[in-house]
Amino acid sequence: MRTLVVVGNGMVSHRLVEALRAEDTEGAWRVVVLAEEPRPAYDRVALTSYVDGWDVQALTLSGSDYAGDDLVELRLGDPVTSIDRAARKVTTASGHVQAYDALVLATGSRPFVPPVPGHDLPGCFVYRTIEDLDAIRAAVEHAKATKRGRAAAMVVGGGLLGLEAAKALRDMGLSPHVVEMAPRLMPIQVDDGGGRLLRKLVTDLDLTVHTGTSAERIEQDGDRLFTKLTNGTELDLDLVVFSAGVRPRDDLARSSGLEVGERGGIITDLACRTSDPDIWAVGECAAVEGRCYGLVAPGYTMAEIVAAQLLGRTGEFPGADLSTKLKLMGVDVASFGDAHAATENAVEVVLSDAVGGYYKKLVVSEPDADGKRLLLGGVLVGDASAYNLLRPLVGSPLPADPAAMLAPEGGSSAVGVDALPDEAQICSCNAVSKGAITSAIHDDGCDSVAKIKGCTKAGTTCGSCVPMLAKLLDACGVEQSKALCEHFAYSRQELFQILSATRITTFGELIAKHGTGSGCEICKPAVASILATLDTTDRDGGHVLAGEQATLQDTNDHFLANMQRNGTYSVVPRIPGGEITPARLKVIAEVAEEFGLYTKITGGQRIDLFGATVDQLPHIWKRLVDAGMESGHAYGKSLRTVKSCVGSTWCRYGVQDSVGLAVELELRYRGLRSPHKLKAGVSGCARECAEARGKDFGVIATEKGWNLYVGGNGGALPRHAELLASDLDKDTLITYIDRFLMFYVRTADRLQRTAPWIEEMDGGLDHLRAVIVDDKLGICEELDAAMAKHVENYADEWRGVLEDPEKLARFTSFVNAPGAPDPTISFRAERDQKVPVLLGVPEVVSR
Amino acid sequence: MTAVEEKRATEVVEICPFDRLIPGRGVAALLPDGRQVAIFRTVTDEVYALSNVDPFTKAAVLSRGIIGDVQGVPHVASPMLKHRFELATGYSLDDETVAVRTYPVRVIEGVVYVRP
Ligand code: SRM
Ligand SMILES: Cc1cc2nc3c(=O)[nH]c(=O)nc-3n(C[C@H](O)[C@H](O)[C@H](O)COP(=O)(O)OP(=O)(O)OC[C@H]3O[C@@H](n4cnc5c(N)ncnc54)[C@H](O)[C@@H]3O)c2cc1C
Ligand code: SF4
Ligand code: FES
Repeated sequence: MRTLVVVGNGMVSHRLVEALRAEDTEGAWRVVVLAEEPRPAYDRVALTSYVDGWDVQALTLSGSDYAGDDLVELRLGDPVTSIDRAARKVTTASGHVQAYDALVLATGSRPFVPPVPGHDLPGCFVYRTIEDLDAIRAAVEHAKATKRGRAAAMVVGGGLLGLEAAKALRDMGLSPHVVEMAPRLMPIQVDDGGGRLLRKLVTDLDLTVHTGTSAERIEQDGDRLFTKLTNGTELDLDLVVFSAGVRPRDDLARSSGLEVGERGGIITDLACRTSDPDIWAVGECAAVEGRCYGLVAPGYTMAEIVAAQLLGRTGEFPGADLSTKLKLMGVDVASFGDAHAATENAVEVVLSDAVGGYYKKLVVSEPDADGKRLLLGGVLVGDASAYNLLRPLVGSPLPADPAAMLAPEGGSSAVGVDALPDEAQICSCNAVSKGAITSAIHDDGCDSVAKIKGCTKAGTTCGSCVPMLAKLLDACGVEQSKALCEHFAYSRQELFQILSATRITTFGELIAKHGTGSGCEICKPAVASILATLDTTDRDGGHVLAGEQATLQDTNDHFLANMQRNGTYSVVPRIPGGEITPARLKVIAEVAEEFGLYTKITGGQRIDLFGATVDQLPHIWKRLVDAGMESGHAYGKSLRTVKSCVGSTWCRYGVQDSVGLAVELELRYRGLRSPHKLKAGVSGCARECAEARGKDFGVIATEKGWNLYVGGNGGALPRHAELLASDLDKDTLITYIDRFLMFYVRTADRLQRTAPWIEEMDGGLDHLRAVIVDDKLGICEELDAAMAKHVENYADEWRGVLEDPEKLARFTSFVNAPGAPDPTISFRAERDQKVPVLLGVPEVVSR
Repeated sequence: MTAVEEKRATEVVEICPFDRLIPGRGVAALLPDGRQVAIFRTVTDEVYALSNVDPFTKAAVLSRGIIGDVQGVPHVASPMLKHRFELATGYSLDDETVAVRTYPVRVIEGVVYVRP
C-alpha cells in the first residue's frame, strides 16, 4: 500500500480525500492529512454564516473527520514546516516526520494585508478562518461592553470578501465603513454601472462606502483606533478588518525548491503536477499553467483530477468558470463570462433602472453569418434571477433578442432550459453539465431533485442551481405532479388556499366544486387536517369528529387512539415536557391495572397503554380525563411531545428552565393539526440532553436566552435541525415558533415533515428566516393571528367525545351486538404483561 | 346496492337500522357463527358488506377503513397497511391474487340485513 500525504485540510483537500476514498475500492492508498487548523475541514465559503449562531458544527463539512475510515489519518493543529524531496519526507512543527509516495499541497491562500502603517496594531484582523471570526467577535463584544453608542469598524477592501465581512460586522451590530481603492465596489466582477447601483443598494443597508481611496495609516487612540484615508477622511474605529485579496501559500514549495509563479502560486501543469513529479498542488495555492484561482469550484476540479491520476487514470484541468453569484444583505450580484466586454468586437446591452433597483448587462458578439449573436458574459445587480439561465448559455447563440432576455422576469420566461446545449454547465460548483443531468433523469430514473442530487452531486454545494434541476425535470417530461390524488388536481398547499379563500367548510362541497369522484384515503384525511387547522369553531366547536369530518379521518383519528396490529388501540395521555406528578402516575397505573393494559414508557417521555378495545376507549379516557389528563395526540398528524431535559432547576450545568419552557410550548401547540407529526425539544444548555436538534423545532438555552433550531427529525432519514435565530428572549422565541409552525401548516405537502419542506423551499433556510424574522412576504400578522386563534380555541378532543352521546356511540365493536367481545382478539402473557396473539382467520377468496 | 337474490327474511341476519350507518363510513357486525362483516354506506347511500378481516394482516379491521373511489369504482382502504379492496367484489386493488369475501346485503323498510 502506498502513502499519500496531503498538506492542509481545507475545502479542496477534503474533496480530494473524499474523491479518492470513494473510488479506491482496492485500498491502494493510505492517506495522511496534515493540518494546520485545529479542526476538521469546514465550509469556508459559508464562513460568514458562522456569525448567525457561532456554531462550528453547522459549518463542518460532512465526513471531514474521516471517522470510521481506517485508511485516512488526520493530524490536526500541526502544520508542515519542510519537505525533503530527495527522501520523500515531510516534517511538521511538532517534529513529526511523515514519509510519502505522493504528496499533494493544498495549503490554500492567506489574506493579503497591505503594508499600511499600523496594520499590525491590536484591533486589526483578517477574515479567513473560524479563529479569525472568534477574535473579531471578542473585539466586538469588548467594544460594545466598554463604550456607549454604536461601535464602528473599517473593512479594507470592497470586493466580494470585503462586503461579506462588512455584512458580518453589521450583523454583529457595528457600523461598517468599506474602503475600496478602485473607483467602484467589487471591481473584478461588476462594471461601473453595476458598481454604482451596488453602492446605492448597500448604502441603504447602513454601510458607509468610500471608493477611490485607501487607508493612509492606522493609529492607536486609547483603546480605539484612528485612521486617515488618502482622500482626507478621518475615522474613529473600534476595529479594522483587512480583506484586500489573498496570496497563495506557496512558502513550503519555495523553500523546497519547487517552481513558483512570478506573482506567487505553486506552478503546475494542466494535470496539477508541480515541477517534482511526485508532488501535486491543488486549490488556491496552485498556479495551473501560471494561473491561480480564488474560488472553490476550480479547486474541486483540481482535486478530482489528482484523485483520478492517483488511481491510474488521466485528467487535465479544463479551465474554470469564474462566474459568481451572491446575495449580500439581500442584494443580488452576479457576474459571468466576459463581464467587462474584453472580447474583440463585443457589444454591450444594458438595462438599468435605478428606481426598480436593478442593473443588467449582457455582453454579446457581433452577429455571425446567420445573424446570431453569441452570449459572451454579463453583469446583474439588484435582480439576478436570470443568472441561472444565462450563465450556461455563455458561448452559445442567444435564443432571443438580448433586450427581451433582460426584461424583468425575462430570463426565466422568455427562454426555457430547452434552449441550453447539452454541454452547458448547470451546477458550476460540481461541474455537472445539462447532459449529465438529463441522462441521470432518463437513464438512471432520477425523478426528483433529491435523486438528481444523490446521483450527480449537482446542487449539493451552494444550492443556487437547484431551481434549474427542477426545471430540467419538467423539461424532460418528468411530471412532478403536485396533485394530491386522482380526486384533486391541487397540492395540499393549493387546497389550503382554496379552503381558506372560499370558506368552504365540508369535504362534500369541496370535492363537488373543485374535485372529481368521491375522494379516497389520501385526500380525505388531508382535507380533514386542513379543516381542523382553519378556524372551524363555528361547527361543533371545531371537533375533529364533528359531522362529516368524522368520515374523513384515518382510523387513528377516528377513534382518537393508535391502532395496533391486532385491531386494538393504544392510549397515550399528554405528559407535557415529560413532567408528571406521582398522583397522576398512580392514576395511570390504576387505569392500566383495571383494564389490563400493557404498559410501556415511550421514546417521547411519556407512557403508552396498549391493548384497549374500541368499546373500552371511552371508559379508559373517562378515568383519565376525570383525573385532569387529556389527549396526547399520539394518533394525530399534530404536535406529539416537547421533550425536555431537567434544566437549570436541578442540573448543575443548566442555564435556563428547560422544563418550564417545554411545558409551555407543549401546551401552546397541543392539538395543532399539521401536514405530518411535529416533535420538539428543549435543552437547558449546550450539552443537549433533550436531543432538541433531532426535532422539528428545537430550543437550546444560552447564557443570554434561547437558540431556535428548525427542521430536524429522527426516523429513517435522521436530520439535524439548523439554527434559525439565536439568543432570543422567550417572547420572540415563541413568536418565531408560532410563525414557523403556521407557515409549515399552510405550505407543506401532505405527509412532508419540516426537514424536507425546508429543503424543497426555494431559498431554503434563508428564505424561511426572511419570512419569519423579517416578514418578507408580509404575512406574519396573519400567521400570528392564526396561531393566537388556535391557542384560544384549543379544547381536549377526548373530553369533547365524552360529552357528546352521538360521538360516544361510535365506540362500539359490533353494531348489532354492542359489548360483545371481538372473537379475533386474544392475548398471552410475556414478562408479566399481556401481548397480542393473532387469531384472525383470513377469509381469502382465490381469484 | 349490490345485486341481491330474493331471500326470505329467515335466511338473513338483521344488522341495524339503516340510519345507524354514517354516510362515508363503515361499521362491524357479528354473525351468529362468530364471523365478522364490515358494512359500508357510501355518500350516495349505496350499501356494501365484506368480510371484516384484512387478508394481508389478518386483523378484523376493514370496517374502520376510509372509503372512496378509484376511477369511479368504490373501495375501502384497510386502516392497517392501507391495502385497498373493491367494495362490490372484494377484489384487492393492490394484489390481483387476493380478494376478501363479500356478503349479499339489502335494506328492507329501513333495516339492514346480511345473508351469511
Ligand atoms: C410508542 C412509540 C415507540 C415507543 O414505544 O417508544 C412510537 C410508536 C410508533 N411510531 Fe414512532 N414511536 C415513538 C417515538 C418515535 C421517535 C422518538 C421520539 O419521538 O423522540 C421517533 C424518531 C423521532 C422522529 O419522529 O423524528 C419515531 C419515528 C417514527 C416514524 C418515522 C418518522 C420519520 O419522519 O421518518 C414513524 C412513521 C411515520 O410517522 O410515518 C413512526 C410511527 C409510529 C407509529 C405511529 C406507527 C404506527 O402507525 O403504528 C407507532 C405507533 C404508536 C402507538 O401505537 O402508540 N415513528 N417514533 C413512541 C411514541 C412517542 C410518544 O410518546 O408519542
Ligand atoms: C469569507 C469567505 C467567503 C468566500 N466565499 C466564496 C464564494 O462565495 N465562492 C467561492 O467559490 N469561494 C469563496 N471563497 C474562497 C474559498 O473559500 C476558497 O477558494 C477555498 O476555501 C479554497 O480551498 P483550499 O482548500 O484551496 O484552501 P483553504 O480552504 O484555505 O484550505 C487550506 C488549508 O491548508 C492549511 N495549511 C496551510 N499551510 C499549511 C501547512 N504548511 N501545513 C498544514 N496545513 C496548512 C490552512 O490552514 C487551511 O486550513 C471564500 C473565502 C472566504 C474566506
Ligand atoms: S442539557 Fe444541560 S441542563 Fe439539560 S440536563 Fe443536560 S447538562 Fe443539564
Ligand atoms: S452551482 Fe453550487 S451547488 Fe450547483
